[in-house]
Formats: sequence, C-alpha cells, structure tokens
Amino acid sequence: MTAVLNAIGRGWLILTLAFLYLPILVMAAMSFNASPFYRLPVEFSTRWYAALMGNAALKQAAWNSVWIALVTTAIATALGTAAAIGLHRHRFPGRALLQAALYPPIAIPWLITGTAMLVFFYFLGIPRGSPAVVVGHVALAIPYVVIVVGARLKGFDPALEEAARSLGARPWQVAAWVTLPYLAPAVIAAALFAFAVSFDQFVISYFLAAPGDTTLPVEIYAAIRKGFTPEVNAVSTIVIGLSMALMLLVARLARFGEVR
Amino acid sequence: MAGVAVRGIRKRFAGAEALAGISLDFPDGGFFGLLGPSGSGKTTLLRIIAGFEHPDSGRVEIGGEDVARMPVERRRIGMVFQSYALFPNMTVAENVAFGLRAAGVPRAERATRAAEALALVRLQGLGERRPHQLSGGQRQRVALARAIVTRPRVLLLDEPLSALDKALREEMQVELKRIQREVGVTTIFVTHDQEEALTLSDRIGILRDGLLVEEGPPETLYAAPRTRFAAEFLGAANILTGEAVPEGLRLPDGAILRAPAPARMVAIRPEAVTLAPDGSAPEGWTALTATVTARIFAGARTILHLERHGTALRASLPGGAPPALVPGAEARLAIPPDRVVPLTG
Repeated sequence: MTAVLNAIGRGWLILTLAFLYLPILVMAAMSFNASPFYRLPVEFSTRWYAALMGNAALKQAAWNSVWIALVTTAIATALGTAAAIGLHRHRFPGRALLQAALYPPIAIPWLITGTAMLVFFYFLGIPRGSPAVVVGHVALAIPYVVIVVGARLKGFDPALEEAARSLGARPWQVAAWVTLPYLAPAVIAAALFAFAVSFDQFVISYFLAAPGDTTLPVEIYAAIRKGFTPEVNAVSTIVIGLSMALMLLVARLARFGEVR
Repeated sequence: MAGVAVRGIRKRFAGAEALAGISLDFPDGGFFGLLGPSGSGKTTLLRIIAGFEHPDSGRVEIGGEDVARMPVERRRIGMVFQSYALFPNMTVAENVAFGLRAAGVPRAERATRAAEALALVRLQGLGERRPHQLSGGQRQRVALARAIVTRPRVLLLDEPLSALDKALREEMQVELKRIQREVGVTTIFVTHDQEEALTLSDRIGILRDGLLVEEGPPETLYAAPRTRFAAEFLGAANILTGEAVPEGLRLPDGAILRAPAPARMVAIRPEAVTLAPDGSAPEGWTALTATVTARIFAGARTILHLERHGTALRASLPGGAPPALVPGAEARLAIPPDRVVPLTG
C-alpha cells in the first residue's frame, strides 16, 4: 500500500517538475539548434548566440536591465535594512500601520502599480526613462527586503548589543562586529531578492522606460511582437541560467541563516 | 577598581515608578547583592549604573566620578547578562577578547589575556569552540571571563545564576566568589533568590517597590532585620505582634515575650525556637505552649508547625523532634530573648 502511494507521489513530483522545466528545456535546446524553424533533430549550433552579439538593441536592453537591477539592489537593500532595524527597535505611533502597509504592494497586481506610478510620475512631471524605472523598482523591492531582514531581526537578542557596549565598543564597532554579522545572511538574501524583483520586472519597466531605451524583458516582448527569432531563445536561456544560479544562492543563504 | 555610589535615583517608566529615590554605597572591592522581588527596581538600578537607562533624577558615581553624561562604552564596566549574550558569530576566545579588540589592544596581547581569563574561569583549551557548543555552565563562565578580561572598574551581574540547574548553581556560587576574590573587582549583582544573596554577598541591599528597605552585611540582616519585609524575605520568620511592655512584648493572650527592647512587633527565626520538654525554660527565656499542627521531616532538621491562640508559629529543630510531638500534641517552647528581634515596621 505504502509502496503504491510512494510511487504515485514520486510520479506526481516528476510530472510537476516536468511541467515546470520542460518548456525551459525545450527553449534552451532550440537556442542551440541551427534551424530557425524548430526542425528536429537538434543540430548543435551557437549561431543564435553569435547573432545576439550583433543585436545592439537586445544587448543594450540586457545591459540596462543589469545596471538598473544593481542600482535598485543597492538602494532597496540599504533603505529596506534600515527600515527593518527601525521598525524592530523603536516603538512609535503608527508603527503597526507602517508594518502592515508593507504587505499590500506585494499583493497588488503589477499592472495596477505600474499604471499608478505612470500617472503619478506624469503628475509630478518626472519624464519616462531609466531614473523613473529605478525609482519604481526600488519601491517594489523594499517590502521584500524589510520582510526578509525583519524576520531575522526577530531572533536577535538585544542583550548582544548591550554586551558589546558594556565591553567598550563604540556604536560603529557594535554595528560592524555584532549586528551586521548577525544580519549578513538575511541582508544578502534580501539583496538577491531585490535584484530578482528588478531584473524580472516587466510591467513597471514597460510603463516607465523611455521608448527605444528599455530593459531586457520589455525588449524581448517587443522582439516577439515584431516576429520571433531564435535570438530570443538564446538571450532567455542566458537569463534563466543566471536567475537559477541566483535563486540557488538565495536558498543556500536562507538555510544558512536558519542554522545559526 | 572603584567604589560605586548612587544618590537619590528616581526613574519612571510609562507612568509607573520603578525607582522612588534610592541612595546606596557599593564599597570598593566588595560583593554587593541587590535583592528584591520582581518589580522591585533592582534590575533598573543595575542598568542605570551600567548606563543602559538614565535616571530621571539623581547621581551615579563610579570611583568618585559623576558618570551621568558618560555613555555605557566609556564607563569601563563589565557586565554578565541573564542570557549571557555571547556573540554567536565568534569563537569563545574571540568573545573573551572582544573588549580588548574594541580598546585597540594588539592581537598578541589580546590572545594572551583572553587565555589567562579563560584559565581563571577554568575553561582553558576551549577557546576555539563556538558558544552553541558549550553547556550552560560553560557559557556562564565565558560571559564572566569576557566581562573581567578588560579589568573593569565595576562588575555587574544580572541574575547570573538563574538559568542554571540547582547543582550547577551551587558550584558556580563557589566559583563566582573565588573569582571575585582573586580579581578583587567591585561587584554588584541582582537576584531574587535570598539564598544566593546570602551566600555570595558581603553586603546586601533589599529593595521593594523602588525603595531601599534595608542594607547591611548578610549576617546582620539575617540575625537582626529591622523590618518585617526584610525578616520575611531573607529566610523564614515568625512574626508576632502585641503591646509594647518594658520586658518586651505582651501577646494578645497576656503572655509576655521577653525581648531586648520594648516592641509592638518582633521576628523570631524558626531555628531560635527551642523545646523545653520538662517545661522549664532557662533563666530569662520565654516559655510558651503551642499546639502542633504539622510535623515535617527535612533530613538534618525537623520543622514543627505550631499554633497558639490563632497565631501560627514555626520551629526548626536540629536533629529531630521527640516522637510524642505529633499533630494535636502540646509543645512546650523556650525562646531566648536575644533571638527575639524587635521590628520597626
């Protein structure tokens, strides 16, 4: 009986994984196929990767995505970590409300958030372009950072900082030697989250980027609309490779955080 | 090293008065126990001396120097926390050397002094362990080594032994006392455990509701408390009330309890109550009769619970009690007048 259930369970797991990964595997395979018409068998070729190197628009978009994600990560991680520490350490009126207000942006559809931002920026007179995109991405990423860092802070014994001070440590020494080492796994995980939120972002980028100077997801979308080319397979395969490496790192660091 | 003094310390938290004006001297090199029930303000007083809290009014002096404006990190104190607060990301040796590192002591000297401190608490060779690999007693020792390695002017201990089991606690009491004597640092510790306070301290201050009730050497406080609270908080006490007469105190039933001075309330330790089997108390002692209500065998002693005209009494007898003294029996008691302690309130 148990054996049968185990077999069913294993089969189910394999089906789920197949459902998740088969499309990706097919795309990756096709990115290495010489034929532009998905002809089988796969004839190994790197011509689409070579063509990608010659596609200035896609390359520019990829570079935009990377630097926007890096800037977003730096700003969102710094602000979010500071906010998490502030919310954890201080009791002030409106604290509960502020904390609760962190969650809805995660649940509100990005399409709505994007529209709201577009309208708001137009209202303020901020033009579309990369700075607007960064602001939008930072706003989206901060709640993730606050939640991840805040969760780690819940387990922090305030006596640790007091002990450090009683031993003569100045405030920067307390932060550098006690608080930040304790928070480090969570801060790194939060930074990777922020990077992923920005790098994967489509709607906000689509609305806020200047036409013709946009991010990778938007450019891929535009390319598909113009007419599909296997170069998109190639760039997508690269992005998936990088994203998966990043997420595996997050998973590792998150676990690392638990043991300590 | 330095003595510590607090003068007229007041502190309110959210409207509630935690300390209502406390003045105390903590002698240089002494081991001072702050004893009181929870909510008495003892921990707040310790945290004010450390500098984690600031008094609403009053002065704190360390070595004669007013430290009101001095932040914790410049007060040169050592503190052992109830949770030990060992840094989880550092080894035992790094934990112990932390204060030296903050002070900019060179690496080689840090290592030597940390090793010396670990030897003092008998943990030599465990420097490379992580805190989570240690037992509770070992963590306690690491916390102590970390607090004294910087040669602080004052050592503050917040309920240092409360997280340990009974056997370990007794062992650590002896250790703490030895280490404090070897280092000679002025030590102030907070506890709610009267036995711990009696064992460790050479002076005790009893706190209640933010006020100092009594202060003095443990022997004096135990043998001659001035207040009912101190008498009952430091061990068991029979409290008797009546009318003050030249011989001492007249009980409601008319019997005279001889005391060193006239008093309306007295305390008598259970071990001061003795039996006078033949009914004759020594010259000058008080002879009383009381009914046995319970008899408790506690190994080295037997505790008799007694009652006399509605007043409960307790006698703690070394080496057992006569077999006839079972519940319902009449016991003849003899109480020496010098063990009857007049109370002022």
